[in-house]
Amino acid sequence: MALFQIAEPGESAAPHEHKLAVGIDLGTTNSLVATVRSGIAVCLNDEQGRSLLPSVVHYHADGSTVVGYDARKDQAVDPKNTIVSVKRFMGRGKHDIAHVEAMPYDFVEAPGMVRLKTQAGIKSPVEISAEILKTLKARAEVALGGELVGAVITVPAYFDDAQRQATKDAAKLAGLNVLRLLNEPTAAAIAYGLDNGAEGVYAVYDLGGGTFDISILKLTKGVFEVLSTGGDSALGGDDFDHRIYCWVIEQARLSPLPAEDARRLMMRCREAKEYLTKNAEAPILLRLASGEIIDIRLDAATFAEITQTLVSKTLQPVKKALRDAGLRADEIKGVVMVGGATRMPQIQKAVGDFFRQEPLTNLDPDKVVALGAATQANLLAGNKTGKDDWLLLDVIPLSLGLETMGGLTEKVIPRNSTIPTARAQEFTTFKDGQTAMAIHVVQGEREMIADCRSLARFELRGIPPMVAGAARIRVTFQVDADGLLSVTAREQTTGVESSITVKPSYGLSDDEIAGMLKDSLAHAKDDAMARALREAQVEAERMIEATEAALAEDPHLLNAAETAKIRNAIAKLQEAAAGDNRRIINIAMDDLGFETQEFAHRRMDQSIKKVLSGRKVEEIGTGEKE
Amino acid sequence: MDLTADFFSLFDLPRTFRLNLSELDSRYRDVQAQVHPDRFANAPEAERRLSMQWATRANEAYMTLKKPLERAKYLLELAGHDLQAESNTAMPADFLMEQMEWREAVMEARSGGDHHELEHLYQRLRGDIDARYDELGALLDERNAPETAVDRVRRLMFLEKLLYEIDDALASLED
Repeated sequence: MALFQIAEPGESAAPHEHKLAVGIDLGTTNSLVATVRSGIAVCLNDEQGRSLLPSVVHYHADGSTVVGYDARKDQAVDPKNTIVSVKRFMGRGKHDIAHVEAMPYDFVEAPGMVRLKTQAGIKSPVEISAEILKTLKARAEVALGGELVGAVITVPAYFDDAQRQATKDAAKLAGLNVLRLLNEPTAAAIAYGLDNGAEGVYAVYDLGGGTFDISILKLTKGVFEVLSTGGDSALGGDDFDHRIYCWVIEQARLSPLPAEDARRLMMRCREAKEYLTKNAEAPILLRLASGEIIDIRLDAATFAEITQTLVSKTLQPVKKALRDAGLRADEIKGVVMVGGATRMPQIQKAVGDFFRQEPLTNLDPDKVVALGAATQANLLAGNKTGKDDWLLLDVIPLSLGLETMGGLTEKVIPRNSTIPTARAQEFTTFKDGQTAMAIHVVQGEREMIADCRSLARFELRGIPPMVAGAARIRVTFQVDADGLLSVTAREQTTGVESSITVKPSYGLSDDEIAGMLKDSLAHAKDDAMARALREAQVEAERMIEATEAALAEDPHLLNAAETAKIRNAIAKLQEAAAGDNRRIINIAMDDLGFETQEFAHRRMDQSIKKVLSGRKVEEIGTGEKE
Repeated sequence: MDLTADFFSLFDLPRTFRLNLSELDSRYRDVQAQVHPDRFANAPEAERRLSMQWATRANEAYMTLKKPLERAKYLLELAGHDLQAESNTAMPADFLMEQMEWREAVMEARSGGDHHELEHLYQRLRGDIDARYDELGALLDERNAPETAVDRVRRLMFLEKLLYEIDDALASLED
């Protein structure tokens, strides 16, 4: 007989409502949104029953946008204002982007990230991506009939800090609460692993429209552990289209094409690529603006030949990831194929030959990432039922370091470190009386600074004047569970503490995001203030709910006075949330946060003790009956 | 239990070099299952921050205890032996001679593209290193001889680096 109702940690005893959470695959070519319904992950479709949303945004002169299939139709007639594959520009400068000359856009150099000049004004890749996310958010809210608690957004595992930050900013701009940035191959592994009850070491080969990832994961009961990851964030199906394009230009002896022709020919090339997955030969037929007609046939063998270097380019990161994981190809139990581009027969053959086994293609390579993300979103939102539980241990793809003397890199956090992770390094001054120190943060594997990606430069000032070598400056790198970096520097010999925390600077500042948010809301005929207030109220409700649940679970961790203080802070926040002053709500949230800090510490402490001692009880306490 | 507890107590494991690694694995996972930020994605800011600190600490502890060289260094550090300062002292001449011979053999095999020889060197060194860890285990866990252990750890630092270089050479031949 049960005398007590025992609640598991993280699960409240009271019946709770199902929270609306989604997983979003923000892809180079297509994007999807999925959710968990009655325990099953499903993609949410548009009104015409289509789950894919082409990642294409068409800007009109009045600032309005069209996203998806309709925008895709516009690309041939208005290529300059119709942005495809914007993911390739996320967190990138103009010089980073491949085939820039073949693109119809007006690029604008801007610090950190390239911008695109459209008839609706200059747009950042973050804003353009936000349009795609907004469309998916609206789709989900209609389908689920309510406001979303949060979303898991997927990113290529090989995305660096700049690209991740840009993705998170885009989600923020679209009004999404980001529960987590999740690596695409890891999302696929969740979907695959949970469906198949898989155990052992698996490789996920993910070739998308514009990015390539390889992840090696160990799947054990309830744990998905990424051992290593690698890839190329500028290699994908688009490059295969481009190879066909170049081949056609060469075969037909064409001079450089105007933008409209170029875009239409690129579309024909993409169709030919897709046609060749099931056919031995594909026709490429196009009438150019000049009246000239292109009529060429591409056979599978030629296609394989002209793309052979691209295929082998994917195998280099595969070898490196295996080496980083300390494994040989024959120790991999299965290879999960993800991304539309893995439908190409030459890819399947190359991967099969390399691992000496048939790759696993039983999941839809277009949907598997979104489905995995939805499953993770459901868990993070707190919708888990007792046994539906797993732990995800992911890694950072690229080493993080600092510039030292002579333009060399000093690695602070090596690639494939499990996140969250932190590491501190000490530096000193090299001149007498030096009061400032420049700190340059980079990401990459190369020894020379110039070969790595520069993430941030900042200056630590106010170091008390001392003789050279006497100051001790501690630089701490912290990478959070989204794979995002923050850096803190502190001088610690003297009582004077000068400390600085930076988020790398290529992204957008909070002010810039606020500005964009205001602009975009002006078009949506919405009220920025009203929305900000609503967001604060939702956040307050969430906080109250979480605190109440904690109080119900662990009342014994607090004495009467402490409980009263927390209850008081809850009551004040409730009162504030009922009003319409966002500032007061934020203050009340800060107060409740402050009052619950110690409680949070004790709860964490208790749960760790419980799990460690629980094991001993299990060992000796089996066989007992009620 | 607090964030400054040593890595062994964090996982409630005995402070020894000869650690039960599968036990370490499962304790690490148990702790991470409690503290990981994914458990707090929807929690108030204070709990989210705390969770990141704990999960970071658990990862650091696991990485340190999992690798034998890091584990040995950490044990010596806990016992008050600063390897950083002590590693500046010179190594015995015979050990350095041996190192030079090893390096020459690796360079020769690498430039000659001799995959087989590199593989052979790798296996030989691996065996040598494993035997040294056995010895280190006895020094740390039974004989309580930290000075000798410090010397052995310093030698192992050289050897692990060499092993890494051979692995690197093998990889460059495969590409």
